[in-house]
Amino acid sequence: MVETTGRPIPDPKSSKHLHGTEEEEKNILGFWIFLSTDLVLFACLFATYLVLRTHTDGGPTTAQLFDIPMFTLETFILLTSSFTCGLAVREMRYNNLRRLLGWLAVTVLLGLIFVGIEASEFLSYSSEGATMQRSAFLSGFFTLVGTHGLHVSLGIVWMISVGIQLLRDRIHPTTARKLFNAGLYWHFLDVVWVMIYTVVYLMGVMK
Amino acid sequence: MKNIGQPAKRTFPWSHVTGYVGSIVLTVLALLFTVKAPFSQGSLITILLGFAILQILIQLIFFMHITEKNGPAYHSIAIALGFLFTFAVVAGSIWVMTFGSQVQ
Amino acid sequence: MLKSLISYLQNANLMIQISAVAIILTLVGIVFALTYFKKWGWLWREWITTVDHKKIGIMYLVCALLMFFRGGVDALLMRTQLAFPNLHFLNAQHYDEIFTTHGTIMILFMAMPFIFAMFNLVVPLQIGARDVAFPFLNAVSFWLFFFGAMLFNLSFVLGGSPDAGWVGYPPLSELPYSPGPGVNYYVLGIQISGIGSIATGINFIVTILKMRAPGMTLMRMPLFTWSVLASCIVIIFAFPALTVALALLGMDRIFGTHFFTMLHGGNPMMYINLFWVWGHPEVYIVILPAYGIFSEVVSTFCRKYIFGYKSMVVSLMMISIISYFVWVHHFFTMGAGPGVNSFFAVASMAVGIPTGVKVFNWLFTMFRGRIRITLPMLWTLAFIPCFAVGGATGIMLAVAPADYQFHNSYFLIAHFHQVLIGGVVYGLLAGMYFWWPKILGFKLNETLGKWAFWFFNLGFYVCFMPQYALGFMGMTRRVYTYPAESGWGTLNFVSTIGAFMMGIGFLFIVAQILYSIRHGERDTTGDPWDGRTLEWSLPSPVPHYNFAQIPVVDDMDAWWKMKQQQKEGIQPQKEPLKPIHMPSPSSLPFFMGLAFFICGFGLVFNQFTIATIGLIGVVICMLWRSLEKDTGYYISVEEIKKNEAAVRGL
Repeated sequence: MVETTGRPIPDPKSSKHLHGTEEEEKNILGFWIFLSTDLVLFACLFATYLVLRTHTDGGPTTAQLFDIPMFTLETFILLTSSFTCGLAVREMRYNNLRRLLGWLAVTVLLGLIFVGIEASEFLSYSSEGATMQRSAFLSGFFTLVGTHGLHVSLGIVWMISVGIQLLRDRIHPTTARKLFNAGLYWHFLDVVWVMIYTVVYLMGVMK
Repeated sequence: MKNIGQPAKRTFPWSHVTGYVGSIVLTVLALLFTVKAPFSQGSLITILLGFAILQILIQLIFFMHITEKNGPAYHSIAIALGFLFTFAVVAGSIWVMTFGSQVQ
Repeated sequence: MLKSLISYLQNANLMIQISAVAIILTLVGIVFALTYFKKWGWLWREWITTVDHKKIGIMYLVCALLMFFRGGVDALLMRTQLAFPNLHFLNAQHYDEIFTTHGTIMILFMAMPFIFAMFNLVVPLQIGARDVAFPFLNAVSFWLFFFGAMLFNLSFVLGGSPDAGWVGYPPLSELPYSPGPGVNYYVLGIQISGIGSIATGINFIVTILKMRAPGMTLMRMPLFTWSVLASCIVIIFAFPALTVALALLGMDRIFGTHFFTMLHGGNPMMYINLFWVWGHPEVYIVILPAYGIFSEVVSTFCRKYIFGYKSMVVSLMMISIISYFVWVHHFFTMGAGPGVNSFFAVASMAVGIPTGVKVFNWLFTMFRGRIRITLPMLWTLAFIPCFAVGGATGIMLAVAPADYQFHNSYFLIAHFHQVLIGGVVYGLLAGMYFWWPKILGFKLNETLGKWAFWFFNLGFYVCFMPQYALGFMGMTRRVYTYPAESGWGTLNFVSTIGAFMMGIGFLFIVAQILYSIRHGERDTTGDPWDGRTLEWSLPSPVPHYNFAQIPVVDDMDAWWKMKQQQKEGIQPQKEPLKPIHMPSPSSLPFFMGLAFFICGFGLVFNQFTIATIGLIGVVICMLWRSLEKDTGYYISVEEIKKNEAAVRGL
């Protein structure tokens, strides 16, 4: 049979459930659909941000606020974590739990660094008086980028939970599906970040 | 189809590396264009959005493997519709709300 | 917080104090009855922890009917207040609260659970599945809806109802103009149930795409299932906009941001924009399943295949996509300019095309059919003229320049009540009568049902036709009283009579249900209407595993085809009898809903400790679910055989 990568399609005989594969397939489709609704949720936040972007009420503007090295670093870290996450899911097909967990740990670590940098970015803005209560632009900025950050934080908790389950139950259809979905979620957050990088940050510092 | 019981033969992760390198290159290029500003604002925005779309495609194809399917590709339809409505909300809202620029 | 609640109740008017006492007495009564009849265990095991789609459907239906009652009482209070000029039955504040809760409850806590009841009760049975794709998530959806509705309904005795209209437009709904907890209740109650709605949308899309019986291709799917698919597509893409609009409004109120405020660069129109990005598709979310119900009812009671099946499917899908591109017609008067208004006017009118296709298809199905006038068919027949007029006035409203005259007048009120009552309510009642015997095993009494039908249907025209005229005469919505010189008195009085006729109609439905529980005609065949789709091949009420053997489908209207073949002596194909896998019941969905409720309640009163406790509860529930091993259980072949013999009376 033709090899299809990534998607876990384990041998149903090896699982305890009689219909493991079918269940996991449904779950994965459901998760894709969830991602598409989450995409529209971010679309609404982007729309709000873009409409309110110039409404600075005499407060700091995008160009005054954004720090190029900081957001570039954030982008590199998140893109790298997406890559390591992809490698973790790839190890699943080789049934190599040790390497899988290793890459997963790297991903979680990079995620934590990302959240840390973002938190310090938010704190430094706030200490300069650029809080989310200052102007409509800042409300939109903090909410859009903060919602993404919240998603990343949730993703970290989720990946740790999946890691624990992999340690407990090894690689079998259910854990494989959970890892696969967590991976999808993580890459999806990169999709959103790429838009934030372009629309919020780059267009914010554009001359 | 691959069974978990029989591990696949280990190969170099070409698609992942390609995707990763591609996304880094696009990030750097976008940053360079923004900082050096060799184009007019309108064309720069177009180029940046084009890069962003390429980045999204990299994530979707090289990492999320959206093109793979087992039966009908319902998940691709869902994501495509998601992007259609994303465009509708963002472009529509900006279009509808530009009246504000005269009022505010 | 407690002090402010107590002082609110002390200062509230008599009606609210009476309601508070009535709520406490009802609760005490329920607790007493459950204890006295030793029903706590039954309630917990059979209902609260259930993941069975049929039971969840019944719970949705019960909630929908209760909320229908509450929203209806609100409507009657409003109509009483407006019956005569210069009346002071309600004061302005109380009137504001009542029109707000009437709208919110009817759309979000009556129509939504009612369609979810239909989804749950019918879709898995119609496609030959044993449950929905994610039974656990389905229970989560229900409890989120339930606790969201509870939170919203608590408002009028605990701190005051929202009073900024069901749309909650800022700046009125912002803190300086609505300082009480009312709007917070509105934001959080809807938010919590909205999360459940998105989950339901995902759940049913996967169910329909992945769990159809073998042989049931997409183009052999019953039209109700198609309409649910279309409706769910709209749900998953429209609800996020509501989530965002309400979240940002809530942040303005609770955390002091400036999205929609008048100061610091906020833009109230952006809320209105986002709200209607959800709000207009929402109308199609509730009407599409009603279209599906009409298709099933017409085809069954005319004993014909539906006319133009493919065009029906195409128009359903077209409506679900176009519905996303019409939202600005709710605020043409914002003045976004000729380009914007023309685009959205044309798109709004375009929705009329696929809808027209559907109406003609129903008519052509009836043409030369032998129509049996049963209760579901009666409501369907009443729907067509009512909806045609409602649609026509909708096209009038879609004409952007003319809309500047109609906007927010009683003409608009009459229009949307005509499509929502004449379309959605008639459809859902038809569906309720149609599938009631399948789910509960007995038919609803026809005579009482006809009384209900005539009172409600005639009452509708008496109530709403005068409102079109009142709109032209200049009466705007949300006025709590009017002077005698306006000349609106007579028509308003007529309208109030109509409202009470509809109220009597509703009471007849209640009487009909209560009467039929004892005396209704029992359904022993499982196929009381001579149905066409798979749910009618099952015994009524349906056993908890639905299908002992999954049927094999080879045509549209599968059960009809099987019946024809059986007459010719061909037995229908079925998969062999195997042990059936069932999901285990779980109390987590209930606790998750409760945790959301606690979190929401804390946020309503800016009590962040309570909110955090609730939020931690939510996270614990999610982690618990992720880490637990729930493999379900199996029903053995012997047990299935025994049960099938019992329920099929073999």
